[in-house]
Amino acid sequence: MPPEPSPDQIAEQSTYLQLGLSDSEYSKVVDLLGRRPNMTETGIYGVMWSEHCSYKTSRTELSRFPTTGPCVMQGPGEGAGVVDLGDGWAAVFKVESHNHPSAIEPYQGAATGVGGILRDIFSMGARPVAFLNSLRFGPLKASAGNEVTSAKRNRYLFGRVVSGIADYGNCIGVPTVAGEVGFDRCYSGNPLVNAMCVGIVRHQDLQHGTAAGIGNPVIYVGAPTGRDGIHGATFASVELNEKSESRRPAVQVGDPFLGKLLLETCLEMYRCGAVVSVQDMGAAGLTCSSTEMALKGRVGMELDLDRVPQRAQEMTPYEIMLSESQERMLLVAEAGREEEIFTICRKWGVPACTIGRVVGEPILILKHHQKTVAELPLDKLLESCPVYRREAVKSAEITERQKKPAVSWQSPEDFASLLREMLVLPELASKRWVYRQYDSMVRTCTAVGPGSDAAVVRIEGTPKSLAMSIDGNARYVHLDPLRGGRIAVAEAARNVVCAGARPLALTNGMNFGNPEKPEIFWQFRETVRGMCEACESLGLPVTGGNVSFYNETGGEPVYPTPVIGVIGLVEQHEHVTTQDFKEAGDVILLLGETREEFGGSAYQQYRGGRISGMPPELDLDTERRLQTALLAAIRKGLVKSSHDLSLGGLALALLTSSTDELGIHMDLQTEMKPESAFFSETQSRAIIGVSPDLLAPLEDLMHQNQVLFTRVGVVMPGRFDLALNGRILIEEDLLGLRDLWLNGLERIMNSMVVDNPSHLKAA
Amino acid sequence: MRCAVIVFPGSNCDSDLYKAVNSFEGVDAEYVWYTTKNLDAFDLILLPGGFAYGDYLRAGALAARTPVLKALIRAAERGVRVIGICNGFQVLTECGLLPGALQRNSGLHFICANPRLEVVDNNTFFTSRYHQGEVIRLPIAHGEGHYTCDQLTLQHLQSEKRIVFRYSGENPNGSLDNIAGITNQEGNVLGMMPHPERAMASWMGTDDGRRLFESVLNLYQEPPDAA
Repeated sequence: MPPEPSPDQIAEQSTYLQLGLSDSEYSKVVDLLGRRPNMTETGIYGVMWSEHCSYKTSRTELSRFPTTGPCVMQGPGEGAGVVDLGDGWAAVFKVESHNHPSAIEPYQGAATGVGGILRDIFSMGARPVAFLNSLRFGPLKASAGNEVTSAKRNRYLFGRVVSGIADYGNCIGVPTVAGEVGFDRCYSGNPLVNAMCVGIVRHQDLQHGTAAGIGNPVIYVGAPTGRDGIHGATFASVELNEKSESRRPAVQVGDPFLGKLLLETCLEMYRCGAVVSVQDMGAAGLTCSSTEMALKGRVGMELDLDRVPQRAQEMTPYEIMLSESQERMLLVAEAGREEEIFTICRKWGVPACTIGRVVGEPILILKHHQKTVAELPLDKLLESCPVYRREAVKSAEITERQKKPAVSWQSPEDFASLLREMLVLPELASKRWVYRQYDSMVRTCTAVGPGSDAAVVRIEGTPKSLAMSIDGNARYVHLDPLRGGRIAVAEAARNVVCAGARPLALTNGMNFGNPEKPEIFWQFRETVRGMCEACESLGLPVTGGNVSFYNETGGEPVYPTPVIGVIGLVEQHEHVTTQDFKEAGDVILLLGETREEFGGSAYQQYRGGRISGMPPELDLDTERRLQTALLAAIRKGLVKSSHDLSLGGLALALLTSSTDELGIHMDLQTEMKPESAFFSETQSRAIIGVSPDLLAPLEDLMHQNQVLFTRVGVVMPGRFDLALNGRILIEEDLLGLRDLWLNGLERIMNSMVVDNPSHLKAA
Repeated sequence: MRCAVIVFPGSNCDSDLYKAVNSFEGVDAEYVWYTTKNLDAFDLILLPGGFAYGDYLRAGALAARTPVLKALIRAAERGVRVIGICNGFQVLTECGLLPGALQRNSGLHFICANPRLEVVDNNTFFTSRYHQGEVIRLPIAHGEGHYTCDQLTLQHLQSEKRIVFRYSGENPNGSLDNIAGITNQEGNVLGMMPHPERAMASWMGTDDGRRLFESVLNLYQEPPDAA
């Protein structure tokens, strides 16, 4: 191995550029230290000042989010957000992206994304109880503009990402209960993999990452450190290009079995009371965990890198500090109680050793082979991180796109064929092929698993449950980030309300292109603005999240894709509501008003092949009234099924509420064109199933809350018949439609044909 | 009645099984760590699902060579009742208490679903509360649940009425003869891929698993309130 460059060489040869520091950032480091940093120190600055770790570009915008509220116990800043559930219980939850690793090594990239978010949750002291995920890929079928090779690659990425998530989560024994998958050309080459984890904890068992107690030992627990994942955080902070494949070593490798052992070890260690503080070694590994813990406690740390367990030979201090090897935790323990911790680690067979101690001066001292190899004042490392105010400009392209008409096609004649074609689109087809690969039931607390608007997980020993959903429609955001941001928050909250829960708080995964481009930063700023408006209006605080910039391939950015994870509280088990029809003869009501809104809709994408115009409007007062009234109706026991209207509008909502036995006979009185009635994606709507004898009180309740509603039809066994103004437009056998929809995605993934969509229609 | 729930480092259905059996009056279940060498105190031994050793080598292979398994085999030889569920079934085939092996699902994917099962034989310790031929629903969640054995073994299983559960309708994993659960020759050891402990109340989607525990615990109770 060539010798490391000296401090002077780093300066003269601009080596710092490869380590993630710009010219001006490097100069700032030299000024702060009063000398030129060595290789290890430069590397540490490089990752700590990377976008991924420092939020240097997004910070000013993110600070607009409301982060406080009566239920918030921990906002952004720790491993994950914490909200109070009452009775001494709290929920811990967060979403995180693993986009770039998944783009080049989908299986490991996705698996370690799950492992990473898992550790964030149990580093707070919580027992993880549910996983969710939000995924985006390029098209699975070849078409004009999507080469066969590209479609094949997208299938490979999709299949391997799902396997990676499944294998990690299934082995750990935490159910994967909900998620969403979207497909669009903009994600070819840069898929999005956002993983969310939810945990529960007793208030008094919450842990934190604040180092304290001078002389206390710093203990390393978990897998030995290898050369994998070095500079992963920096890699996450640049665009993907043809050279990205060579960054494969920057992708970590996960070991779910060790992850499970580490989880149980940590939860048992906390119970012994010898742990002062704990943090996961995630992005930027030992560097980030040690410096953040020390800085939060206004103390320092001295680490002897020779004592760090290593699985590769002759690792340099630089490599040890920047490795992102998985399944590792760093903790500070009470001096003299180390043996209690080591006993628990031995029981579970997890390596652990003391690697340093807490010192009084806020400084990070690293020793290697008896020499001091780095000495960094912590305040100068983290608090001096540059903050950028990027230029934000609305691009002419967006204005142009917004001005284009939303409708560019002839009204269809044959709605039945149209529906059959649409419901096998990967975007709209059931995601059963995906979620059947996830164990959604382990821990036996899952009351509602995948396939409904929101999942519901019981809190054992209480009458309460947690409802959770992850959602985000990037097409709306692409057309208009302000409206799109609003809709993303409102829809995720609406999902949770449909399940019978009061939304409590949200976490967000912000996936954007290169923020150094003014038009991208404008998208980001406007999206945050829209999300803030919705959060304020709906009373939803943001307790944490993740920003992933530089999601571009060959200079083409992905759609701005905010992914919103909302958790809500179901007060009583009998409030839990699912979207499927319950009983023949139940009346189906459509809550909310329908307008002709096709901008960014699944129907527009399918009929027009592209999206244009403005996305649907969202009136926040209307939305709030809908959510309030729906939750009140559910709590009064008036609602048997409840389903939010989203992709594909009313027609798809009716289909996805049907079961193998129960379908619908709809006859809607409307002045709208049929395609608008069926496929418009007007916001703030839901369909609910109501027992005929409870219609009167339900209708009263909606009147009181000024929520408009329409009778759509009745639940009918075995049929899927849709009429408008007495005229039947779709008349289908239910099982046939269900088969197309349920198995549509599986047929695509099992088929070798990538360039001929006609086989799907024949299926 | 004392009941052991064996815990390996990577077990993850241990607490589900524990909750399930402890929900019955008069049952005293406890977790037993895999290093335990003596199981004399127990009337029923349960091997839970999960990934005992992360499926390294083969699912169940390492667990089958732990101290607690030696004790379990001795207990089984004395006639103590043993149930291995999912990974527990894999352990039982790996240690030789049950014949055959569980290989990767024919579709090569992990499957989590709620398939129909036929209770092939209700004349066992484990199924006396079911009707002969009754079709029930129990969840499955496995990547390696495809039961296989040689032709002679299959004939024995059939003629000795040791096939207890079969998948009814769709066979989710390609199992030979649709086998979902079998017993040993003496009838005191049951291995099954479906999870009865995930089917204890209607809110879970099915409560068809309760009667399995009622059968083996030799008791009957009205199911508790569905809520």
